[in-house]
Amino acid sequence: MNIFNLITEIEKVDPEVYERLDQRRAIFKHFAGFGKKLATAAVPLAMGSMFQKAYGQSSGLSAQIKEVLNFALTLEYLEAAFYNQGLSAAGLQSSLTGQSRTDIETIRTDENNHVKFLKAVLGADAIKDPTASFDFTGSKGGARAALFPDVFSNVKTFLAVAQAFEDTGVRAYKGGAALLMSNNTVLEAALNIHSVEARHASHLRTMRRGGPQALPNNEQDSPESWITGDANGGPAPGITNGIYGPGNPASKYPSEGNVVQAGINIAANSNISTNKASEAFDEPLDMATVLSIASNFIK
Amino acid sequence: MSKLPLLTPESNSVEEGLNTPLQRRSFLRYTGLGVAATSLALTGCNDVLEEIFKNPKANKNEVNVGSGDFGILNYAYALEQLEAAFYAQVVASPYYAGASAAERQILQDVAAHEVAHRDFFKKAITALGGSPIKNLEPDFSAINFSDRTSVLTTAKAFEDLGVSAYNGAGKLIANPDYLTLAGKIVSVEARHAALIRDLIQNGSFVGPDVVDFSTGLEKSKSPAEVVMTANAFLKKGSKLNVSNLPKE
Repeated sequence: MNIFNLITEIEKVDPEVYERLDQRRAIFKHFAGFGKKLATAAVPLAMGSMFQKAYGQSSGLSAQIKEVLNFALTLEYLEAAFYNQGLSAAGLQSSLTGQSRTDIETIRTDENNHVKFLKAVLGADAIKDPTASFDFTGSKGGARAALFPDVFSNVKTFLAVAQAFEDTGVRAYKGGAALLMSNNTVLEAALNIHSVEARHASHLRTMRRGGPQALPNNEQDSPESWITGDANGGPAPGITNGIYGPGNPASKYPSEGNVVQAGINIAANSNISTNKASEAFDEPLDMATVLSIASNFIK
Repeated sequence: MSKLPLLTPESNSVEEGLNTPLQRRSFLRYTGLGVAATSLALTGCNDVLEEIFKNPKANKNEVNVGSGDFGILNYAYALEQLEAAFYAQVVASPYYAGASAAERQILQDVAAHEVAHRDFFKKAITALGGSPIKNLEPDFSAINFSDRTSVLTTAKAFEDLGVSAYNGAGKLIANPDYLTLAGKIVSVEARHAALIRDLIQNGSFVGPDVVDFSTGLEKSKSPAEVVMTANAFLKKGSKLNVSNLPKE
């Protein structure tokens, strides 16, 4: 938590910040209380409401941070709605059962919490809930042939699309992290979401290959829990290629198959196979590319 | 200066003494210490003295990872050294020899990834103009490498620790390129952590011990918290000191 630094930074830009807030002493009293009573994660929420008070409708976050957080919120809305709809879909009642259903419920809870958290941090600046405009078959509301017509009736398709969402989310947060560096509180929270998305992605791959003990055979049908090369185009080759491909510019956002980090060839440096070298590092993706992937599911 | 009690390997016990109630013998020891310190000051070793009192744990039995961004990179390098050493021993262990084909494949992959991370940091720190810390000597005496539970429980502890360490150190990094590099590694550690946890108990990939159930956020750890765990697996002389890293 870097609350005091944050206030100092704001003070540089707005010397009257304390007058805008209640009063210097009252503020610090509030902060001391937060530290003791609230979970770390709740602090940004409380700060958000204080800054909103000080700056009217604005949450006090920079335009860049608001843009990145709203971008993240869009993806979280997409993921949360996907699991909410999948769990209540009639077509998955008899096929998504037992441990599999429990696991998807666990992931659903995390995604709904991410939505709640980001909404709270953004306050009045949060984008409106776009759930009504989502179409998870990828037909854009019937405007084109569906990419995943059986997404809510075939558990294999459902898990494949889930993996696509999670792997996209991991790349998106990674791409956004550097843009959040001016606010340590927000950056830490974003990192803490990023790793949870990676855990989800890992588990979905585990589910897709039939449980943690099942042997990986064909990478497409039975993927390992990490991303090998360009993942052969992903869970639905031809449709999900972009999720594992390069972003824009490719020099900054290479494909998942990249094996050169900071100018060092990882395979050569450790004398390991190109596949293992690519698995050892995940790659970030730029906002525009992520949004174009996500737009497949927006009417 | 080798005569000074504070600079000998016994220094840790002196420091522990400071945290226990004063007893007659301890009192006498402190008095002796005071005399030694005074004579040290008189002989002009003020800088050493200051170091001792400001940072009583600093001694030659520790590896100080340093400060600033290179300190953070060395901190990550230290943790990757530990993980790589652990998996190297796992794939050479009696447990691995008898494990299922699936588990062998998984552990072999993870071992390769951790070697890649370790070697990358060593090379990158040098290439970027810093000085990598020495090769650490692990202490895995608490692990039973013939026993699946012991191996996987330790693997889980290392992977979860790694994720929480990267998450907690991210905000301490100044250079955005290094933050992105750390990000490229932490999600791989999270993928490892989730799968190892699932090997122990399927469905435990985001257990409440690592992910806050009410917020959906992973719990990050500060370097000071992380080294308390990591140091338990390092030999004397290789224990990490992170006191010079940025604090926030």
